[in-house]
Amino acid sequence: MRLEAVQFRRKAAEALDNERLQRALEKFPSRFVDTRAAALAELGNTEQLRDAAADIRARTLRDLDAWLRRFERAAAARGATVHWAEDADEANRIVTEIARAHGVRKAVKSKSMVTEECGLNEYLERQGLEVIETDLGEYILQLAHEPPSHIVAPVVHKSKEEIAELFEEKHRKPRKDDIAELCREAREELRPHFLGADMGISGANFLIAETGSVLIVTNEGNGRLVTTLPRVHVAVSGIEKVVPTLEDATTLLRLLPRSATGQAITNYVSLLTGTRGAGESEGPEHCHIVLVDAGRSRMLGTELEPMLRCIRCGACMNHCPVYQNIGGHAYGWVYPGPMGAVLTPALAGIEQALDLPNASTFCGACSEVCPVKIPLPDLMRHWRERQTEQRLRPRRERLLLRLWAWTALRPRLYAVVARAVARLLHGLGGSDGLVHRLPGASGWTRGRDLPAPPGLTFHALYRKRRGA
Amino acid sequence: MRVGLFVTCLVDLMRPSVGFAALELLKAAGCEVVVPQAQTCCGQPGYNSGDRAAARALALKLVGEFEDCDYVVVPSGSCAGMIRVHYPTLFRDEPAALERVRRLSARTYELTDFLVSVARLDAPPGEFHGVVTFHDSCSGLRELGVQRQPRALLARMPDLTLVEMREATTCCGFGGTFAVKYDDISTRMADKKCAHIDASGADAVVACDLGCLLQIEGRLRRRGDHATMVLHVAEVLAGEEGACG
Repeated sequence: MRLEAVQFRRKAAEALDNERLQRALEKFPSRFVDTRAAALAELGNTEQLRDAAADIRARTLRDLDAWLRRFERAAAARGATVHWAEDADEANRIVTEIARAHGVRKAVKSKSMVTEECGLNEYLERQGLEVIETDLGEYILQLAHEPPSHIVAPVVHKSKEEIAELFEEKHRKPRKDDIAELCREAREELRPHFLGADMGISGANFLIAETGSVLIVTNEGNGRLVTTLPRVHVAVSGIEKVVPTLEDATTLLRLLPRSATGQAITNYVSLLTGTRGAGESEGPEHCHIVLVDAGRSRMLGTELEPMLRCIRCGACMNHCPVYQNIGGHAYGWVYPGPMGAVLTPALAGIEQALDLPNASTFCGACSEVCPVKIPLPDLMRHWRERQTEQRLRPRRERLLLRLWAWTALRPRLYAVVARAVARLLHGLGGSDGLVHRLPGASGWTRGRDLPAPPGLTFHALYRKRRGA
Repeated sequence: MRVGLFVTCLVDLMRPSVGFAALELLKAAGCEVVVPQAQTCCGQPGYNSGDRAAARALALKLVGEFEDCDYVVVPSGSCAGMIRVHYPTLFRDEPAALERVRRLSARTYELTDFLVSVARLDAPPGEFHGVVTFHDSCSGLRELGVQRQPRALLARMPDLTLVEMREATTCCGFGGTFAVKYDDISTRMADKKCAHIDASGADAVVACDLGCLLQIEGRLRRRGDHATMVLHVAEVLAGEEGACG
């Protein structure tokens, strides 16, 4: 997926003006926030579960290399081949080689964010392969040539009407306006692809080290078809997705769907272990698992390591008031919202995403709902600190901050400056007691007035009162 | 008990009445209040802008000014959160300084939290006739657990009725320098807050942080609402609303 995070400001402004998008975003509070809260309230022990989940993920990351090797051994014992990709290019090359080795012409795909990171579809298409996304949302986006705007609900930015128009145009069938009918039409279109594909490509929600299994959760059943019907199954996963045991995975599964969509469990939970065994009726003849690093191991042992606990539920963006107002495309890459604001600079480079960690009020709603307790605001602050250290902040901002700190450390001077500013702002206030235009901080007064201060600072008044 | 009042730089500059109201409330609760005169800013603007060095210098300055107090009380959840939660992380690698900072952090309270949990103020001295709605400020709410305390105090005012607006705990969009750096997003967030305030039908919106109040009032007025009062919880509780010191 093309990296356009440097255009955050422009894209955010466009998003705010896009009425269709704004209508689509209105559903977040009821569709994601309320449903998550209700699903977790049913559990009753959310806090203990979150602690347990965070602990499982943190423990695994401490010995990530060992767990990954254990996974590789267990997967190999069940007939799967594990490949290691250091970066996106290598991952793409490995999948292409697997496709060539098995004479693959058509691949069906279930949802995978790491393959979005790699730009796998485009790469395979350039090599002459046909690749069909089969997750309904991803399928719609593939038809529309658009990137996903959410990691769980990739097409959340689109209305039913837009999808109806798109289907009418691309499928050349009479327009449907009913959601069930639209789904049926998509299923009809997808079925021949499932049956005709030589290779199925999936992601992985978890890799189970003790059994060598790939665990994926889906709601549409497409994941099951992708991973069992074609001769070859390729699972592509970030290296951080491994957990030690099935028991660990089930603990995380209690939180993942509840945090993501407010479901107690997804419609399908598939545990895929190796190739089809003798006497088994389903499963692929060949199973390959591609473990992608692409910047993740650089985060190990640093302040950013907690970010690797992420289980991709999307709760942070669902609850982020910035995301709720601008949607996912403004973030300019695979991962939007708070987790993207931390991950994008880590995986794609700090200078590629200067706005993302700054475009947050640090309200803390994200870390409050994170099922694995990632301190997202602290990690965004980490990036702000690196930007300051590497002189990547605008000159004017750096100067103002330095001037402010220098003055605030000198109480007498500070008092003089504060009194002058209070008087100035008081003077700028109109008869209604409001400043309508603020020279030097027009950002404030573009959309807001500033209530004018009374003109004397607290400390000046306090001294006066004590003197009197 | 000897309470040091940290009025915050925003209150000092923009709304002194909040500082005097806090002073009033602490005295009503029976505290001996001191206002160290060299206080300026807690360092949060630097901290949240990625300038750790500036934040550390200001943290040490504040600790020095308040460490002889039994408690530090702040009429702002975000500044109190800065001192209580974030100061220790600023010094996590320096055991000696950390120890000193921790001693102060642990004794630092947001105003309403202090009035309810420590000073046990039973009867707020102010009077307020009308309906108010309460906006939960993010840092106070999520870093310090300030949610029931201001509501409990407001409930003790006989002529005041509290109605809850929708999404009271959603950010108003202030976020310090965010409000200026990303003013379009910030303004849209304020818009949603204003709509909920409007729908609540309250005469006044009340919050524990002046940053939120400037943001909310600024947007309410620009939208043409000149009627809804925008008040700091201390002003309501002390009966100093609208007073300019």
